[in-house]
Amino acid sequence: MNVSNQNRRDFLKKSAAITIAPGVLLYSISQAHHTERPVKSTTRWGMLIDTNKCINDCTACLDACTEEHGLTEEVPIEIKPVWIRKVTLRDKQTGKESSLPIMCQHCEKPPCVDVCPTGASFKRDDGIVLVDRHICIGCRYCMMACPYKARSFVHEALENQKPHSPRGKGTVEACNFCVYRIDTGVGPACIEACETAGHQAMIYGDINNPDSEIHKKLKEMSSSVLRPDLKLNPGVRYQGL
Amino acid sequence: MKILKFLGKLSCGLLLAMAVNGVSAGEVPMPEIPKAKSNFSAEQSCVEPTDFMRQRHGLFLKHYRHDTMRRGMRTLQHSLVACINCHVTADESGNYPTVHQSSKHFCRSCHTYAAVNIDCFQCHTSKPQESFSVDIGPVQSD
Repeated sequence: MNVSNQNRRDFLKKSAAITIAPGVLLYSISQAHHTERPVKSTTRWGMLIDTNKCINDCTACLDACTEEHGLTEEVPIEIKPVWIRKVTLRDKQTGKESSLPIMCQHCEKPPCVDVCPTGASFKRDDGIVLVDRHICIGCRYCMMACPYKARSFVHEALENQKPHSPRGKGTVEACNFCVYRIDTGVGPACIEACETAGHQAMIYGDINNPDSEIHKKLKEMSSSVLRPDLKLNPGVRYQGL
Repeated sequence: MKILKFLGKLSCGLLLAMAVNGVSAGEVPMPEIPKAKSNFSAEQSCVEPTDFMRQRHGLFLKHYRHDTMRRGMRTLQHSLVACINCHVTADESGNYPTVHQSSKHFCRSCHTYAAVNIDCFQCHTSKPQESFSVDIGPVQSD
């Protein structure tokens, strides 16, 4: 078949090139995004949110998420899907307020995956938790299991979905870490929006990679996770809480 | 059971072949399948040989959806988005029809004829991407 021919040809080309210029080519191969290869379990995608930099009334990340995934259907507020929301915490003693976005925390041990009766809730090898809506039966067990209230159910039939973000009636959905962007080397839409708005409160990266910005920051500064008592080891971490 | 399934597939394939070759099938109107926007390569019109695609596109979609969603492998050649981008063409007024609105939509034109229900488009969009350039992955050059 053509597919295998193509792969064979690619392989021959690459191996020929490697013999010519080993150093240069090996470097460029390791840097390139191999969207045609499966994701690795050595990667752990994560996010670090600096609550001191997150502005109280800013909704840049929320708007970006709505736009990116087309969460624009006109439905009553009670059934409106929420992939990311802003929460304001206030210290009762000092009155200090901190604002932070909360989305799917992409846990290492996700309760939504544990309870799913069909295997629709799953965690990719690189730590991103997703819903396989082809086999989701809409039972909403995962919504009950999630301690972060991160998942939503689509109640009404939808039209004009985004090509990269399919969603439909009768299935559960949540933040997918903009997985199609991650796979092609672009960061999640919310993080891009936070940067564009000039706040730089959110960064993302491979927590396991010692060279990544997020790894270095987590090593330097103390950060916390939401509900550490549940021992879910979320991929989303907060600084300054 | 296997024989029955095989016969079912065979008759489906025959019907499709008849439709494509323009053989009359009684009162059922022939599907007018819109032409794709471009050829995949000089030798081949689609990502796989056309006859193969007509019969087996469903298997490709199912196989690659697993690879894409569960394993993060994003090959453009067999993605539903790339199919839609190339195959769904604008109508006379320049608008792209959705599969629900128009019987002239690429997927629907044939699926209605074959009486096979598809539910892909309850979730996936049946319109091409807005910023679509004709790029469906690595084109075979040699």
